[in-house]
Amino acid sequence: MTKIVEVGPAGYMPTSAPAMGVELAPEGSALLYGNTVTPEEAMRDAAIALLTRKNPTIFPGPQVLWDWKEDVAEKSAAILELASEIPNCKIIPMPDYRPKYPKIDVKAEINPNHPNLTILDNRIEACIFVGVHCHYANLTLRMVRAGTNCYTVALCAYMGHEEAMASIRDLHASDIAKFKEIVIEERNKLGIKWETTLPPENPSLPKEDNSTLSPADYGEYRSLIMTKKGEHITDSE
Amino acid sequence: MSAVQRPVLNKKQVEMNYLLHEAPREKHFITGAQAMSEAVKRANVDMAIAYPITPQSEVMHLVGDVFAQGHIKEYYRAEEELGTMSAIAGASRAGVRLFTATSGPGLIRGLEAIASWPGHRVPAVLGILTRVINAPLSIQPDNLEMAYMLYSGAVMLHAENQQDTFDFTLAAFAIAEKVDVYIPVAVATEGFFVTHAKGYVDMMSEDLVYKEFDPVASPVPAMDNETPPARIQRDAPVQKSNFMSYLIHSVWQQEIWDSNSRAMKYIYEYLGGPVEVLNPGSDIMLLASGCAAAQAREAHRYAQEEGLSVGLVKVKAIRPFPRTEIREALAAAKTVIVPEHNIVGWLCTEVKAAIPNGGIVHEGPRVFGGMTLPVELIMFEIYEALGIEHTIKL
Repeated sequence: MTKIVEVGPAGYMPTSAPAMGVELAPEGSALLYGNTVTPEEAMRDAAIALLTRKNPTIFPGPQVLWDWKEDVAEKSAAILELASEIPNCKIIPMPDYRPKYPKIDVKAEINPNHPNLTILDNRIEACIFVGVHCHYANLTLRMVRAGTNCYTVALCAYMGHEEAMASIRDLHASDIAKFKEIVIEERNKLGIKWETTLPPENPSLPKEDNSTLSPADYGEYRSLIMTKKGEHITDSE
Repeated sequence: MSAVQRPVLNKKQVEMNYLLHEAPREKHFITGAQAMSEAVKRANVDMAIAYPITPQSEVMHLVGDVFAQGHIKEYYRAEEELGTMSAIAGASRAGVRLFTATSGPGLIRGLEAIASWPGHRVPAVLGILTRVINAPLSIQPDNLEMAYMLYSGAVMLHAENQQDTFDFTLAAFAIAEKVDVYIPVAVATEGFFVTHAKGYVDMMSEDLVYKEFDPVASPVPAMDNETPPARIQRDAPVQKSNFMSYLIHSVWQQEIWDSNSRAMKYIYEYLGGPVEVLNPGSDIMLLASGCAAAQAREAHRYAQEEGLSVGLVKVKAIRPFPRTEIREALAAAKTVIVPEHNIVGWLCTEVKAAIPNGGIVHEGPRVFGGMTLPVELIMFEIYEALGIEHTIKL
């Protein structure tokens, strides 16, 4: 198989996968390195990457983080089970899409405007994006391919993603369960010993003590929080 | 009956493929403006917003009637076109199906907002009923304004006649709303020549409508408190001067043009492809879009009667531009003639860039400022290219 979409870093301003001729897989198929394959083939390659590359991580997006639709809870539970079968798999959420300024907590979350920061800081070399709205998933996957050496897997409820190394479309909880079984099979083939555990606790930065904050801590943003001359604020939200 | 007392209609919701390809149709003799509003009637539009301008006003007046009859849920006249197009963007965030239309100077006035629609992932349908944009003031047909749309990121279809106007407008809603497209689709046709002239249009029953818009099947979250994250997400992502902010903007732009190119498979599905080719392999190929394609079709008929080696490529999709299809259609051509209704020849430029031997593309004939495009103008170019003696005096 010719790999059209390869693990990065692809460089400063890489051509997008669709511009390289990659088309979304038709119903019932998946994408692997930009080629149309069976979902099992894509899942098997993705499983090996998640089992053999450093710091495998699942990035759940808003569509699986909130219980907002009938099938979501089932899907989210399946994702937790999948994570538990990948040795030392982290879960770092993408809870929303606004850029994080002045600084993102890269241990706690990933953001589509600067996903590289989380991937590079955590030295993630294989990851799964699931439940991220397609527009933001495409931006994220392209930036990750441009600037990191991370193998990306896209689990998508719609048509999948050309930019991912492995892309599964029309995702249901049963597909995630199937992926988990393939992970176990490949893990056994590779001779990796692993006892199923819950994912490790989120190693987030320590909680900030806001009581000691002064306007100076806000740096160039201090003007946003300081009252203007003659302005008296009596109400607060 | 006031607008607030409109009848509640009970229509059968169907898939676009059924509407376009399977539903029984009846022939009607109607104007292009009627054809566009009849398509809107069957598209299950949630909201239409517009500001009147000739020749678009005929369309949006009829859409107003369609609203009054209960086929559209909301409709209002905005303050002017920038307000109209901004309101469309705002309404889109609430996750509804939208239609607007404009003409010439109105399009240019609204262009700032329209150019932001693709990046904001606004799957609205925009009717462009072409009109002169440059001074001195004129309301006559001329499609120079389409050149300003070419790099907006929107999908652009160009209708040849009243039937195209109906079919393209209806298909546009389905194309725009695909999760892997989700950008606006503009349906252009020539003002007056098509909008105010009658032609035969085969239409399905108005009791059938396209299935309801699904705001959840979207690549971006709608502004809906039930859909997390519950806030407007398409605001300016990065205003900083650093590499990451440049990178996010560049991949965002790539995503819009990728979405544009993904529309091509749906143009095949709903409209049978982005081009129509008659007599492929001919020495002379006429290539045209919109109303000019109708005149080129007539010139092609004349040429067939005279036994000349002349073919026709009608370009239905201007964006995504069908480079591959045009390259194939023109592979054996010795001369390509591109009749157009504008002075700059934007289609001619596109075709030259699309084929390896752009030198075979003849500049024109072109008419503008409201001039009609006589078939003789095209025949003159055909005779000249073939070195045939003729008596056409222009």
